[in-house]
Amino acid sequence: MAQATATQGADPATRHTGRAQRPTLARRLRGDQNRNLWFWVFVGPFVAGLVFFVYVPILWSLWLSFYDARNTVTPTVFVGFGNYVDMLSDPAFRDSLLTFVVFAAFIVPTTFALSLGLALLVNRAALMQTFFRSVFFLPTACSYVIASLVWKMSLFSGVRFGLVNTVLGWFGLDPVAWLSIVQPPWYWLVIVSARLWLQVGFYMILFLAGLQRISPTLYEAAAVDGAQGWKVLRYITVPQLVATSSAVLLLLLINAFQAFDEFFNLLSTSGQYPPYARPPLVYLYYTALGQGQDFGHGSAGAVILTLLIAIVALLQGRLLRLGGDR
Amino acid sequence: MAPAPPSVTPVSTPGLGRRRLLGLAGAALGAGALAACGGNTGREGSSAATGAGGKPAIAQWYHAYGEAGTQAAVEGYAKAYPSAVVTVKWFPSGYDNTVASALLTASGPDVFENGNGPSIDMIQGGQVVDLTGILGDAASDFTPSLIERMTYKGKLYAVPQVTDMQLLVYRKSLLEKAGVALPTTVDELLAAAKKLTTDKVKGLFAGNDGGVGVLGGPMLWAAGLDYLNADQTAFGFDGAGAVEGFAKLRQLFTSGDLLVGAPADWSDPSAFTSGLAAMQWTGLWTLPVIEKAFPGDYGVMAWPTLGGAGKPSVPVGAYGSSVSAKAKDGEAAKAFVKWLWVDQTDKQLDWAQTYGFHIPARKSVIAKATKLASGPAADAAKLVNDSGRAQSPLLWTPKCATAFSDGLNRIVRSGSDPAKEIASMKTVVEAELKRVGV
Repeated sequence: MAQATATQGADPATRHTGRAQRPTLARRLRGDQNRNLWFWVFVGPFVAGLVFFVYVPILWSLWLSFYDARNTVTPTVFVGFGNYVDMLSDPAFRDSLLTFVVFAAFIVPTTFALSLGLALLVNRAALMQTFFRSVFFLPTACSYVIASLVWKMSLFSGVRFGLVNTVLGWFGLDPVAWLSIVQPPWYWLVIVSARLWLQVGFYMILFLAGLQRISPTLYEAAAVDGAQGWKVLRYITVPQLVATSSAVLLLLLINAFQAFDEFFNLLSTSGQYPPYARPPLVYLYYTALGQGQDFGHGSAGAVILTLLIAIVALLQGRLLRLGGDR
Repeated sequence: MAPAPPSVTPVSTPGLGRRRLLGLAGAALGAGALAACGGNTGREGSSAATGAGGKPAIAQWYHAYGEAGTQAAVEGYAKAYPSAVVTVKWFPSGYDNTVASALLTASGPDVFENGNGPSIDMIQGGQVVDLTGILGDAASDFTPSLIERMTYKGKLYAVPQVTDMQLLVYRKSLLEKAGVALPTTVDELLAAAKKLTTDKVKGLFAGNDGGVGVLGGPMLWAAGLDYLNADQTAFGFDGAGAVEGFAKLRQLFTSGDLLVGAPADWSDPSAFTSGLAAMQWTGLWTLPVIEKAFPGDYGVMAWPTLGGAGKPSVPVGAYGSSVSAKAKDGEAAKAFVKWLWVDQTDKQLDWAQTYGFHIPARKSVIAKATKLASGPAADAAKLVNDSGRAQSPLLWTPKCATAFSDGLNRIVRSGSDPAKEIASMKTVVEAELKRVGV
């Protein structure tokens, strides 16, 4: 946009009038037909909002992470990297980071494979394609909080009349307290199934869009050359989806590390969160917000988490060489 | 952002296209709407400290009490105050977080409530005003453990509004049928839970986390220990009793006699009233519902002892009313707190027993509470006097609470070694005590 405005400033017509009669500074600042003025009238509020609500908080949080900031956002006691050292030597925080690297390593490929699979199936559906597309996409419109409550109180309720326990009962199995028992860690089943149900449809739509952009002539040419089934998928569909795939992977990864809603709503009890499946954001939430109000340590943790996401995302891009050679 | 390759996007004509224009206008509107929200303190005429008629304006904040009629009640009290215009703000959710962050700004409350009074960090951070002396002659009338809990270094920081407690409720008929006497020790309680368990009913319910969230403190008191030592200067449960007590919770969790995975948690009576458990650890506030479900067929008791130095206990807590250090007119806010929570005993009585079921925070008002005169409610009120323990000490910071909850979870739910977990709790607690300057 800025570039476009600059080009217009060098418009021959303007330069011509400029030589004849140099316009005032205000006139030049407003631009041709007040273009600069209108640019800022429309873009300004948005930029201001972005700066005040996004960039200022990010920088402020970075600043806070170097201070002892309890119950204040204007701290005075500089502690250098003290908060970072504390957070990294805090076993609970390290645990949550480790858990979530493992969680991401599991949930990212699973969601990816499931949504790609669904997209391929729906894309090939001869009948009622729109219907299936909508049905699978619908859970995306559901709030994480509501889904968690349904999962917790109805599907995976620990009592005999919980839906899953009722099904188990048909096979003569004892009811399982899904979210209370931690050996074996059944709570992961509840969390992962809720997350897949909520997310798969959305990524399926992204893949569908990608699939529909692949030119049919490629498939026709492949068919003429005798390629069929898996070969078509391996050599045509998958390579053509590289751009979509890299976007999906990145989004999935960031989502995995930003996990909060369903975890908090499924596992927190009476003011505390158990040390099981505790995402970094939930841990930081209890540190910085709630009664803790320890913004220094909370911000340091958030910066560490951001760096971790950035590193993993970079590594992922490198390793998979997605989008690199285009 | 890099310009899009020309082959993808058609070269646009200079100036704004129709869609682009609409998009930008939408963004501008959005930003305007964002700027418009925030800044509402609930204080009338929030720019000035004075409200209508030249009287000072006071913003009073409450978390949402669940009982019907509570919001109208506090608004009524506020309206009845003659010397200032008091505006009540009521938070359906996220009260603690909202207050904590609002106190950082000038747009926070003037008068607000806190579970068990303000936190140690609020006090040390100078966010709340010293209220010493506000109780006047009534000082000895308030429940001493509550006043002590809201006092730091001899200064009072909150006025207790109403007492809440946790206790154990049991079905008399089920105990009789199973031939179980009221347990007086934790071992007897475990045995009773075993006898009461059938294929449909579990012996005991103490929350879906197996009691980790609520039974830690009572178990320490049962062993004659506490979170911190008496003068809050050192870790309080470095003994064999704590190891034994926590091991008993683990035993209970794995016994199959404890209900876990109920639709509602310990603070809700539904597991008890729907007959899923014969005994439940819950709060005083559930008694009206239980009375309706099983009239005359239930009793209340304290958490029993482990024997030895331990005592039966019930955790007692109270919401306390504090004044923000950033209050526009601190003196007017203090005067209001004194008027409502010290002078107006009829309103305190109304607040305690008309809507939910609570115990007034002072002896003279308890004596007037008709609902506490008989039955299990009277027993509960007696338990507060005989076995009441402040829920947790003031210097037990949120970080201590997290370490305690993490460790106890690992002991009870994952079978970790209690001695090892207690040692790691001790490390955190000692660091926190050092931080708050003990």
